[in-house]
Amino acid sequence: MQKLVEIVAGVTSGTTTATAVVEEHLARIKAREAEIHAFNLVTADQARKDAAKIDEDVKAGKVVGALAGVPIALKDNMCTRGVETTCSSKILQGWKPPYDATVVTKLRNAGAVIVGKTNLDEFAMGSSTENSAFGPTKNPLDISRVPGGSSGGSAAAVSAGFAAASLGSDTGGSIRQPAALCGVVGVKPTYGTVSRYGLVAFASSLDQIGPFTSDVRDAATLLEVISGHDPMDSTSIPQPAASLVSVLDHGVKGMRIGRVTDLPEGCEPDVLARLEAAFDAMRNAGATIVDVKLPSLQYCLTAYYLIAPAEASSNLARYDGVRYGNRVDAADLNAMYAATRESGFGEEVKRRIMLGTYALSAGYFDAYYGKALKVRRLISDDFARAYKDVDAILTPTSPSTAFKFGSKTDNPLAMYLCDVFTIPTNLAGHPAMSVPFGVGTDSMPVGIQVLATTMGEQTMFKVAAELERAS
Amino acid sequence: MSESISKETVVKVSRLARLSLTSEQAEKMTSQLAGMLEHFRDIDALDLSDVEPMTQPYPLKNVMREDVEAKSLDRQEVLDQAPAAESGRFRVPPTIGFDV
Amino acid sequence: MSDSTTLPNGWQLVVGLEVHVELATKTKMFSASTNRFGDEPNTNIDPVTLGLPGALPVLNKHAVELAMRIGLALNCKVQPCTFHRKNYFYPDLPKAYQITQYDHPLNVDGFLMLPGDVRIGVERAHLEEDTGKSTHFGGSSGRIHGSDYSLLDYNRAGVPLVEIVSRPDIRTSEQARQYVAELRAILLAVGASDAKMEEGSMRCDVNVSVHKAGTPFGTRCEIKNVNSIRSVGRAIDYEARRQVDLIESGGTVRQETRHWDDATGRTETLRTKEDADDYRYFLEPDLVPLVPEQSWIDQVRAALPVLPAARRNALAELCGVDKDGESAFVVVERGQDDYVREVVSSGGDPRRSVIYVQQAFAEQGPTPKVPARDLAALTILERDAKVTSTQAKTLLTDLIEAGGGDVAAMAAKRGFEALDTGALEAMVDAAIAAEPGAWQKYCAGEEKALGALVGAIMKSSKGKADGKAVTAILQSKRTK
Repeated sequence: MQKLVEIVAGVTSGTTTATAVVEEHLARIKAREAEIHAFNLVTADQARKDAAKIDEDVKAGKVVGALAGVPIALKDNMCTRGVETTCSSKILQGWKPPYDATVVTKLRNAGAVIVGKTNLDEFAMGSSTENSAFGPTKNPLDISRVPGGSSGGSAAAVSAGFAAASLGSDTGGSIRQPAALCGVVGVKPTYGTVSRYGLVAFASSLDQIGPFTSDVRDAATLLEVISGHDPMDSTSIPQPAASLVSVLDHGVKGMRIGRVTDLPEGCEPDVLARLEAAFDAMRNAGATIVDVKLPSLQYCLTAYYLIAPAEASSNLARYDGVRYGNRVDAADLNAMYAATRESGFGEEVKRRIMLGTYALSAGYFDAYYGKALKVRRLISDDFARAYKDVDAILTPTSPSTAFKFGSKTDNPLAMYLCDVFTIPTNLAGHPAMSVPFGVGTDSMPVGIQVLATTMGEQTMFKVAAELERAS
Repeated sequence: MSESISKETVVKVSRLARLSLTSEQAEKMTSQLAGMLEHFRDIDALDLSDVEPMTQPYPLKNVMREDVEAKSLDRQEVLDQAPAAESGRFRVPPTIGFDV
Repeated sequence: MSDSTTLPNGWQLVVGLEVHVELATKTKMFSASTNRFGDEPNTNIDPVTLGLPGALPVLNKHAVELAMRIGLALNCKVQPCTFHRKNYFYPDLPKAYQITQYDHPLNVDGFLMLPGDVRIGVERAHLEEDTGKSTHFGGSSGRIHGSDYSLLDYNRAGVPLVEIVSRPDIRTSEQARQYVAELRAILLAVGASDAKMEEGSMRCDVNVSVHKAGTPFGTRCEIKNVNSIRSVGRAIDYEARRQVDLIESGGTVRQETRHWDDATGRTETLRTKEDADDYRYFLEPDLVPLVPEQSWIDQVRAALPVLPAARRNALAELCGVDKDGESAFVVVERGQDDYVREVVSSGGDPRRSVIYVQQAFAEQGPTPKVPARDLAALTILERDAKVTSTQAKTLLTDLIEAGGGDVAAMAAKRGFEALDTGALEAMVDAAIAAEPGAWQKYCAGEEKALGALVGAIMKSSKGKADGKAVTAILQSKRTK
């Protein structure tokens, strides 16, 4: 399976064609997609047309983009004009947006070939992709196990070679955790560096789009293309995309890498063992390991599961059957709203809407949402203190390797605990990425999470590249 | 955050959220939410009196745009995706009672 | 106009007004769709307007500027502010939440002056977005109650609004009408809105309560659907009476929203929902704080035009008329005060200048066709009694028709000349001699007899006698 950068090099130099590359990926899809169900929709015809156009342009000597000919899959919560965008929910089944998300426009302008829309937990709420209304995605490395979530489809697509890269979204770990479980690289950038315009909102102050790739260099390349200020997004940081590829070979000599001494419990021993190995690798590469404390870490889950559902309850109120999506008719408006939302939303989505509505409601606001925002400040302050002493931090991405289907679906709280290491960075708005680093006792991949401070992507990628070299 | 959530509250909240729950569903929801809220009581231990809420991950301000018109979406393309439309507009069942 | 809110038994009225104003921007508050009234339905739409999945708001800088103009014109403090979401379900609200301002609005603590130096506090003037428009079909009344379906047009959704909330300082329905009229004049003067109540670019919600002096304010009712300045007064008068009657018959006023029906002249309860909506306000995470720089605020303040009240004051001072009187109001409202100033600088009699313009220039607009010096000349002719006031009126009409001219020549052409005092005295003496009966009655105190004498003189002079002068001479003769 080719790397993204290899494809671009091959296509632009003429040693291969975009058509050949896309056919190769479509063939892999044909062979295993029925088994894996990474996609809600495979856009084979359009992909072939796009690839042919790239080849035409290359032949004619025209300038092609930084992702020329690269087959890319998009999580099905990113608006693609005229192409069904469902968020894996019945309420949006069949909906075709009249506009493209900014990241989609950027990908097209860069010459990427979009091969399809990938499966997710409904409205990005979940950690296993079992909450999809259209059936789960299987982990390509072991189809009895989950790929993680909510961007399970995007992670699986790269892991199975269906696409050279994919985009996912991360609100509490929805890129990093599936990346870890599927053995690929997944990045959540600094909040505000990648435009959210056209990303169907789950929790507005936490959501970010990021890449899945098979290696760190590909991730850096793709992230450079999709980053940058967007005037259509008021929370977009007014700075150009950072240069990431250029720092990948810098190494970690002299860097201070943080080890969190008050990490929440519940992490499997084999995962912890891989974390230790990661610290060893850093030491061998010339970094110093420094202990840091993040006392508010243990409260992050609570803060997240109050803030995210609160924002989500407001963001999902627009699904009322009036202007788009599926409607269940009724005699009067309120009955129509209720019937539409009852049948259109799955269990987990309803649960979070209820929790969020409650947390915002009169009489409860201060006790729940109000308090959670203060806990958010605490974790942000904890990180700020820690980053005085360290340049980056390493933690496990997920407390365990990929778990079996159905093993956590009975107890929502058990599922929420999957996000315990990823949530803090969403709350703080910091960047973090998962790098595959060995396997667990069950031979399933383990991901190590690299954390850096706001706009610390260059540092983060230096460490990630070193980890990858040692893995 | 001391009491657990009651079924009555759950029903009230479900109406606010325009989610219709059967009695059974409301009961199940009540016990699940109660379980979660019980877990979330851990933050009661924190003294947050001097802590400023954090609402923005990155401190931006004054993001504005110039008053320049852009082309409208095509009405037909949009109405083709509507559950019900008539005379160039979206059609919905009536509300009971007066307009507020 | 006299105050029409007289409540019995010592009841007093308390009114607060919430006025929503559509801003005169080219585009919407949070997206670049066109902001224009009257276009085909759903032709000014975009992902943000429709609340499509993935859409994000971006604040319109010009809307902020216009909102600042309004705030500064109302003597508000302009301050750093934030945006909140107000969450509720209604089909004309595309995102199922309205972006508005809650605890930190842009403009606070201002005031507006009414005639008679009455000061009405303005609590706040904040930014928010408008909803779409629903039209209801089916039911016999054409309103929603019992109708079959509704159609939605989102052209108006997202149009920038400023909501101006007064303090409950208004005490009569007349004051309420004056407040709305003055606010409208200010909005037009600063160019923030075309403020047309009939088109909905200015909408008033009226809060009414009653109490007795020395007791706390009563429970208030909010009245919606008040679509003209006249309705503001009528709705207040009706509602105040309704509340008084209710309390006096042993009932209590319920806090509720009521609907004003202009046809029947009554307010009616809107059906109260079982659960009053809990709006679950929280800070809008898709927007960032607005902190207008002092230099921007100063710039906007400096660029404000002279406001209507100040213009009326200046005109009143110049012309010796009442600043709260009709001439000042009418002339400034028409934008003709600068013209009057020009007439006076050309030598015109100040008082006559403003009155002529008030009475005769209704059709003329802010730049009357009659050259200022010509009008000035006419005022001088009348002042110097070279023509009578009746003759002056005729000449004024001639001037307007001709678009100016040499008034002295026009007067001569018409054969106008006022009779001098000596001639007038002689005519009066002749009339007294001719009508001794009428004169005796007048001397005995019958004022009506005056009319007969004056009429006779006017007739015999063929209109050349100045009626006022003749009356004055008769009056002084009587007292001798």
